[in-house]
Amino acid sequence: MSRIDVLSRSAGKLTDGLPPLPRHRAARLRRMTPYLLVLPAVLLELLVHILPSVAGVVTSLFTLNQYYLREVFDAPFAGAKNYSIALNFSSSAGSALVHSFLVTILYAVVVVAFSWFLGFSGALILQQAFRGRGVLRTIFLVPYAMPVYVGVIVWDFMLQRDNGLINHVLVNDVHLLGKPAFWLLGNDAFISTAIVAIWRMWPFAFLMTMAGMQSIPDEVYEAAAIDGAGPWRRTYYVTLGLLRPVTAVLLLMMFLWTFNDFNTPFVLFGTAPPPSVDLISMHIYTNSFVNFNFGLGAAMSVLMLAFLMIVTGLWFLWDRRGQRHGW
Amino acid sequence: MVGKSRSFLAFQIVMGAFLCVFTLTPIYVMFSSSLKPLFDVQGAFTWWPQHLTFQAFSQIWQTVPLGLYFENSLIDCACSTAFAVLVAVLAAYGLSRYRFTGRSAFMRTVLATQMFPGVLFLLPLFLIFVNIDNSLGFTLLYQTRFGLIVTFLTFNLPFAIWMLTRYFDAIPSELDESARVDGAGTLSTLLRVVVPVARPGIIAVAVYAFMSSWSELLFASVMTDSSTATLSIGLQSYASEVDVYWNQIMAAALVVSVPIVVVFLLVQRHLISGLTTGSIK
Amino acid sequence: MKLSKLAIAGAVAALAGASLIGCSTSSSGTGAGAGSASSDAGVTLTYWATNQGASLQADQTILTPELSKFTKETGIKVNLQVIPWTTDSTKILAATVSGKGPDVLNFGNTNAWTFGKTGALLQWSDAQLGEVGGTSRFIPTVLSAAGSGPYTSLPLYSQAYGLFYNKAMFSQAGLTPPTTWQELVSDAKKLTNPAKQTYGLALQGASVSEGMHFEYIFARQNGGSPFNAQNQPTFTTAANVDGIKQYLDLMSSGLVNPSDAQQQNGTQQTSEFAHNKAGMIMVQNGTINSLAALGMTSSQYGVVPIPAPSPLASGGKDLASFVAGTNIAIFKNTPHLDAAIKFVKFMTSTQEQQILDQKYQLLPVLSGAALNFFSDQAMAKTFTDILNSKAEALPVGSNITAYQQSVGAQMVTLMGKAATGTKLSDSDIQAALQAAQAQMPAQ
Repeated sequence: MSRIDVLSRSAGKLTDGLPPLPRHRAARLRRMTPYLLVLPAVLLELLVHILPSVAGVVTSLFTLNQYYLREVFDAPFAGAKNYSIALNFSSSAGSALVHSFLVTILYAVVVVAFSWFLGFSGALILQQAFRGRGVLRTIFLVPYAMPVYVGVIVWDFMLQRDNGLINHVLVNDVHLLGKPAFWLLGNDAFISTAIVAIWRMWPFAFLMTMAGMQSIPDEVYEAAAIDGAGPWRRTYYVTLGLLRPVTAVLLLMMFLWTFNDFNTPFVLFGTAPPPSVDLISMHIYTNSFVNFNFGLGAAMSVLMLAFLMIVTGLWFLWDRRGQRHGW
Repeated sequence: MVGKSRSFLAFQIVMGAFLCVFTLTPIYVMFSSSLKPLFDVQGAFTWWPQHLTFQAFSQIWQTVPLGLYFENSLIDCACSTAFAVLVAVLAAYGLSRYRFTGRSAFMRTVLATQMFPGVLFLLPLFLIFVNIDNSLGFTLLYQTRFGLIVTFLTFNLPFAIWMLTRYFDAIPSELDESARVDGAGTLSTLLRVVVPVARPGIIAVAVYAFMSSWSELLFASVMTDSSTATLSIGLQSYASEVDVYWNQIMAAALVVSVPIVVVFLLVQRHLISGLTTGSIK
Repeated sequence: MKLSKLAIAGAVAALAGASLIGCSTSSSGTGAGAGSASSDAGVTLTYWATNQGASLQADQTILTPELSKFTKETGIKVNLQVIPWTTDSTKILAATVSGKGPDVLNFGNTNAWTFGKTGALLQWSDAQLGEVGGTSRFIPTVLSAAGSGPYTSLPLYSQAYGLFYNKAMFSQAGLTPPTTWQELVSDAKKLTNPAKQTYGLALQGASVSEGMHFEYIFARQNGGSPFNAQNQPTFTTAANVDGIKQYLDLMSSGLVNPSDAQQQNGTQQTSEFAHNKAGMIMVQNGTINSLAALGMTSSQYGVVPIPAPSPLASGGKDLASFVAGTNIAIFKNTPHLDAAIKFVKFMTSTQEQQILDQKYQLLPVLSGAALNFFSDQAMAKTFTDILNSKAEALPVGSNITAYQQSVGAQMVTLMGKAATGTKLSDSDIQAALQAAQAQMPAQ
């Protein structure tokens, strides 16, 4: 007898023994209920996310720099000037932005793909109970539990050319390389940064996927097995299939977060990353918080936002096909 | 086990081993570095400390008021997690079980906020907080612990709402209906029927919320002072203008991680609620 | 019944929220509020100090007794907040935007122009300057790092670059400390032995600020300048390019460990020096503290000014450093202006300056200060001479913050290329400077 059956029986015993409300009051309350449920979230989101974000976007239309910080509302209207600076592809600033944009897309795709793959694999491994499963699960979650700064700085330490563990292993222990390589400069810096990001991100994918897997009833697996499906096919059809709603949101969120990722490159490289890891979040940060040119930083954010909206729009189309309810 | 397969087993073992090594190597480095004196840590890398010393573990408490920062982080993150889960569970239930005007608009707006970089709305957020404080007449939000908690929780809220809505969607609404038929109210149904079944999802979302708040640096660095600073700021303080005290950072990180790991171990059991004769074999 | 259940839930949430407010500690600084300016006793000032010591705790330990002294003298209490460098700029930004900030604050003099332009800092009137003893007390080069009047900040601490050389390595190789750049290069060559991982110099190749500092110093040595008289950026002149080449050649010629191109801070640099793996380092005097933490005493190294090429290029200056340091300022919105001025007077008084310089191992900002701020008097004299006659402030009236980021970042990239073996031509360097100049915001 599955847990769901048990619960649905006990649900019947939940009445409080009082007579139901009069019809019209009940109807009005029923209409209001969803709004009431959602209200706290709406208010908080409005306050701390939506209003500030809109305000931030509006900033892109103004010249808001150090001269106007004290009286923000006196900043002169700049119209599309910030955008023309950012989009002037022939200028070095504009072409740098395009380059950074492409690098960030590649980075996000690589990190999300590998993080998800590792997370899903981890969840698969721990699906069946065995001795030490709890310990393994805790171990897997540790990178995510570490504060960002610590996790990244340990990798920084390990990636040092002379005294780092990576080169020590590759050159001295395993003899894969003849000379120690530069992991924090040049093109290899991209791989290093991606690995650090994956190290931090995969436990999150693991956590969410594992939680999702728990709600898949065993009967479905058994039925598939009876039909002759081996573990690979069961994983593909049952697990992946039933997890689709969860996976879809997971992939999208990971992509958005990685695209926006600021902490990893900042802790590794400060405000001067090597060209191969020139992520767009750094451009926005530098313009806003170092040069105090908030209008330009906001314009770059809006351009990035526009791109991410296109990506999300495409995601909606893909997701709709598998969804019970249409959003 | 249903339907064994050697290749599947091999995959599990190889991947499991890889994940362990991948995850644990930096942890080991932290561990061994915390036991080396500063001079050694900066020198050539050795797997095992040549001079074993615990001095870093005693130094960390003097260099930075670690105990205070730890306490601040715990309070801020626990409060914001509790708050976030509460608000998100209510909202997700409404979004999952009801169809109402504004529903998809809200869902999409909430999703859209994920696309904004945090640096974009840092300044406007301060302005909003300050204006609220000014109209209220007292300092509620700007530079207060409450303000920071509110800031944290709304970073966690969008994802929590989306994920929980999906987890709730996976729970058949027949459950709700049978409760309703017997006269249970909305909240009763939610609390006594849906939440227990969705417990793994809720725990996962709570863990996510806690961990994101734990690591948050940008807003925490501006919204706190030396008495309310959080751990993420504190851990950065082991790097002064010129130097990074590696051994102390590693020692501090270890000290700080132990309680977190313990919390995880406790929370684990709720993550595997599973189904009675179900996946636990 | 359903309604009451929902209402109960709402009430619980509201109570939870209220209790959060109740038990939350307010950590605001002095808000904007009317303060009585007449009597200062009983006033509490909020002071945002920068991290000058080896750690935040060290700053607390050093400053707290001094602040108690001030309280005993004047009855004014001081709420000390030590701000890490990583967040200093952002916190001041937030204070500026919100109007709620400290009463007195520190910041690095690189940011003096930018913060001054926000209008958030008090512009000192002649009368107010008189109250703290006037500007003639300060070393002229150091004062010029705070601007050219009207002043929005005053110098508090000073630092300068010196060439630290490892005495053991030098005597072993039979070398004397260099007096010209050419000598420095030849000394470095004799000390470099890649097989033993020993090099002539150690650098912080990935540090944006170090990159800018050396770009400035060596450009000036070659007659170049980042800004012209109208404060417009002139990064790409030939003299500037020569200056950068002088610096990058150290790496290109193999006199520096290529791994140094990854270093964003001084940890590895001081470590190499202390482990006898690098013969010379060009660092600010604050490094004395880091070396001491690594067990290196001042008898094991010596300091000379960073030498210039001999003979100097036309228009070149024998510049050994620029004036680094920390300034102190008053937040314009402060309700306790008189008390704040008294505090600045205290912090810049001859007595306090001597005490703080000794504790922090920083250079004095006041003319004629005694040489006992370092335990090694010879070192103190060297740095004082550098500050007085061989140092220049960064150009006043220009956006130094943006200059540091744009040029510094390009220097990091160039150093990375030099370390990985790429041959850098003059046009490569010029292109990098061109990109940096394009990123400068319009004045």
